[in-house]
Amino acid sequence: MTIASLIASPSELTDAASNKTAIVLMTRIRLARNLATQPFPGWAKPAQRTRIAEICTAAVTAATPLKRSLNVAVEQLGELEKQILVERHLISRELSGSKQGSSVIISKDQTVSVMVNEEDHLRIQVLRAGFQLKKTWTVINELDTALESSLDYAFSPTLGYLTACPTNLGTGMRASAMMHLPALVISSQMEKVVRAVNQLGMVVRGLFGEGSDASGSIFQISNQTTLGESEEEILKRLSSVLQSIIEHELNAREKLLEADAGKLFDKIGRAYGIMQNSHLLNSSEAMNLLSLIRLGIDLGVFPDANRSTIDRLFIEAQPGHLQHAQKGEFDPAQRDLLRAAHLRSEFANFVRPDFSLINSNGKN
Amino acid sequence: MANPLKCDLCDKPATVHLTQIVSNKVHKVDLCEACAQAKGVTDPSGFSLSDLLLKASLNPEAAPGAMRCESCGFTQADFKKHGRFGCPACYDAFKGMLEPMLDGMHKGTKHTGKIPQAALARQTLHERLSKLELDLSDAIKSERYEDAARTRDEISQVKQATHQSPPR
Repeated sequence: MTIASLIASPSELTDAASNKTAIVLMTRIRLARNLATQPFPGWAKPAQRTRIAEICTAAVTAATPLKRSLNVAVEQLGELEKQILVERHLISRELSGSKQGSSVIISKDQTVSVMVNEEDHLRIQVLRAGFQLKKTWTVINELDTALESSLDYAFSPTLGYLTACPTNLGTGMRASAMMHLPALVISSQMEKVVRAVNQLGMVVRGLFGEGSDASGSIFQISNQTTLGESEEEILKRLSSVLQSIIEHELNAREKLLEADAGKLFDKIGRAYGIMQNSHLLNSSEAMNLLSLIRLGIDLGVFPDANRSTIDRLFIEAQPGHLQHAQKGEFDPAQRDLLRAAHLRSEFANFVRPDFSLINSNGKN
Repeated sequence: MANPLKCDLCDKPATVHLTQIVSNKVHKVDLCEACAQAKGVTDPSGFSLSDLLLKASLNPEAAPGAMRCESCGFTQADFKKHGRFGCPACYDAFKGMLEPMLDGMHKGTKHTGKIPQAALARQTLHERLSKLELDLSDAIKSERYEDAARTRDEISQVKQATHQSPPR
């Protein structure tokens, strides 16, 4: 598989949208793994990095879910290609900036990706659309077990899987859910939620992880700690936190409708108007407007069938995807023009909002 | 961390004081404006306390003596700079400073999750092989030929087992 054909096919996030993905857009689990006898990538010399990459790549490309996958060195990727892979959550920003010896292996359906020589020798990731912690864990656990049959992992009976950074020790597992929480944002409850979630040992981040903003009311919630609990315990705890966030979001939607439906309808209606008529949209504004339209779909203002269009546009509005579609590199001002043009054409035939169809419990 | 008026990361006066509760433990951090900005403390959604705590606990005066990993040459100063270790063996070399750090960082200090069974079994076999090979050369040196013959048979058995072991 080539990078061009991978980019041309839809990612798990842009496809497979259904009712189930209404609040949890995507589930992702990653495992940090290292070889027992090699220095960690950040400390390894170039020759060692090359050797590590050879050992890891041979094992990974032989694993069943990664046969006929894309296997590419970071050095061989263009800036735009790297940006697209970051926007699809297939590689990290750290990997896209890394040097010789780093590579990524991505499955054909773009649900499995393995980064080689990122912070750890291996960063194995599986992602699934919707709220699918169990399924995702089953898939990644099997892949990890398959890799372990040929790779000697660095493992200590007391500290678990040994990782470059002690914050990942133990299970080496980070499980996260990408959630769309517009009502909690509109009703200014997000800060409270973040505090509560932190107290439960979970972390809230923006759409693209550490340090990114939460434009489009999209947040990533993941476990903070990796040592002292089994994978199943961590997933169970995360799952109950996610479940309670979903309830809070649904309650907030109901309250917004009860308290001042007119105000909420105005936001959704205006978002629709701007999508059809604007000529300049930066990515943050585009994300926020798409978020309102998506909320409209959840509430029944627009048909359910349109949710997958919005989820696709969330990705297509990102700078990397936008420039790739326009076949060139553009400065931010030009991008805002192009983004508005793209969204105008997408919304030209988008069904009009019908506020009489509102589904008052907000639960689709 | 002893002087609350000083930044935990550099020696400038601290102006940002942050208290966060992670896993029912209270963590307090004092930072100067520049460090707070650099660490993203001002952005509540992007702030990772564990990374910060990690770096803050790495002041050289906090841990006695300069430790060094024999396996990869990584030093305590390197760890302070990078916040990451050099190789898996570093976890033994820096054991002393690791334990107090893990306590605040994780839910527990002992791994209770998945164990790489196949990899560990392979490791045990390898260890057994090298021990047997040592025994063999010992036996030959001291002219205990019966022992040598027995050890040699055992070695070939173990070797066969490693080759025949299924891929997973």
